[in-house]
Amino acid sequence: MKSSATGIERIFPHTDATGQKQPEHARISMELRGLGKKFLVGAGEFQALKSIDLDVAVGEFVCVLGASGCGKTTLLRILGGLEKHTEGSLRFYQEKSGQPPTSIVFQEVSIFPWLSVWDNVAFGLRARHASKALIKERVSFYIEKVGLTPFRDHYPHQLSGGMKQRVSIARAFANDPEVLLLDEPFSALDERNKATLQDELLRIWEETGKTIVFVTHSIDEAIYLADRILVFAGPPGHITQIHRPDFVRPRNLTALRATPEYKRLVGAILEGLGISGEPSDAIE
Amino acid sequence: MSIQENHSDQIGRMVEIQPSKDIGQAERFRRRRDRFLTVVSPLILLLIWEIVIQLGLLDSRLFPAPSMIVGTFYDLVASGELWRHLSISLIRIAVGFFFGAIAGVTVGTLMGVMPVVGAVLSPIVASVYPIPKIAIFPLIMVLFGLGEMSKFVVVAIAVFFYMVINTVAGVSNVERIYRDVGRSFRVSRLRSVFQITLPAAMPMIIAGLRVSAGVSLLVLVSAEFVGAESGIGFLVWNSWQVFDVRSMFVGIIVIGFLGWASFTLLDAIERVCLPWAPKNRR
Ligand SMILES: Nc1ncnc2c1ncn2[C@@H]1O[C@H](COP(=O)(O)OP(=O)(O)O)[C@@H](O)[C@H]1O
Ligand SMILES: [Mg+2]
Repeated sequence: MKSSATGIERIFPHTDATGQKQPEHARISMELRGLGKKFLVGAGEFQALKSIDLDVAVGEFVCVLGASGCGKTTLLRILGGLEKHTEGSLRFYQEKSGQPPTSIVFQEVSIFPWLSVWDNVAFGLRARHASKALIKERVSFYIEKVGLTPFRDHYPHQLSGGMKQRVSIARAFANDPEVLLLDEPFSALDERNKATLQDELLRIWEETGKTIVFVTHSIDEAIYLADRILVFAGPPGHITQIHRPDFVRPRNLTALRATPEYKRLVGAILEGLGISGEPSDAIE
Repeated sequence: MSIQENHSDQIGRMVEIQPSKDIGQAERFRRRRDRFLTVVSPLILLLIWEIVIQLGLLDSRLFPAPSMIVGTFYDLVASGELWRHLSISLIRIAVGFFFGAIAGVTVGTLMGVMPVVGAVLSPIVASVYPIPKIAIFPLIMVLFGLGEMSKFVVVAIAVFFYMVINTVAGVSNVERIYRDVGRSFRVSRLRSVFQITLPAAMPMIIAGLRVSAGVSLLVLVSAEFVGAESGIGFLVWNSWQVFDVRSMFVGIIVIGFLGWASFTLLDAIERVCLPWAPKNRR
């Protein structure tokens, strides 16, 4: 569990699902150098992000952890192509041409109310004119993965909050992007739904080997999910700490909480967030 | 201070909330009752009208009771006279409505989607739309002749403006998140209009069609008053000219029926096309 607050965070061996070390020369999926973002606000300008240096490895699960308003969503929107960075550079690795670099799972409900579950999940593929056979295969695969097969013809208003977020996740994965971006996708869900969806997400991640950038404000969630945690503070948003929780997967939070490593990690993260005191999951 | 004194010797008490035996029967009853009333209320209106005339409260030569019109109605139907006027009016409305609505939705969408177009056209729309279309009907007849074309055009113009206004409102109120989803999937601008903007704006567009249906009837009837030799408006006006008050009332009632029919038709269209809209959910 190394921390480094300065310098470019380089890829180095990280633990995968089976506890094996990944090769040293793992490919870089995203490369951010001195990335910054300014907004024009009234007469002045607002620095939302400042000098972010980061390499994300292909297949890595990165969590961006920070308090509300520190710029996490802004970073994700830049990675997702919804905003342009105004400083520094951003590069993506593309496996095969035509493959979309990113798909986003938004924090708020973002599935289209006028489309059925099936059509929602097919949206990205249809938009890039994928073949009918491919659409059918991918869409049914991911609807199955998120357990919505019996609801494929339902409209969003007939689904619960957790089911809607499942549709959102299936829609993003079905699009088969290089990198998946998730913005606090489970923060509106109850604990049980959240736990189920976290496990579903990990399972799909392990099966597909996708690169994931996952924004959260929950320390426990970050520790449960991440290969690497970027502790964020701001504005202007910047990385204050980087942690690699190398707990063996599948992780069991209840058991982990009792370990000294866990307590040390939480203590360090709280410090990085500018909160000190008892370790708890309390930046909400 | 005084609050404490007032309450110092009071003890709180348990307030009981009674359970309800109703698991939804009341709601179901209300819905059935309302569906019944929708059918019955026009009949009640006719009944009141009948009573008012039978009691002699109004001059039956000017305001014939429904029972007095039935015979006239039958004669007009049997002679084919009513259908002749009705069918020509329906064609005028259908053609004018169709082209006016298509143009209105197209222009409204462009205005809502392209800020430049909106900036240029919205002051023009705002200043032209309140001009009563019947006020420019003489000019329309000069340009398009005394035939059918001028009727199509006057209906189309009226419908056009209502559809522009509703479409702009619908398109510019599409939730930002839906456009963001489109952009995050790198959807082309054109595809985004057809796959996201228009579906999201569809409830407003259909609301526009509803208003336009009434407006097209209104405009056409007044146009037929002044510049036509046929149509339901002509039937009303001509009957009045020859003091055939009963025929005039048949025309008026048919116009009312058309208004009701257009609402019913649009209700059905909405239920089929917008099963996801809040009002159609169950
Ligand atoms: N379009 C914008 N214009 C101006 N300021 C913005 C804009 N978007 C975000 N911000 C500001 O950037 C900061 C970070 O916002 P955000 O990325 O949403 O934070 P987080 O997701 O971490 O809660 C906030 O102070 C917010 O007000
Ligand atoms: Mg956010």
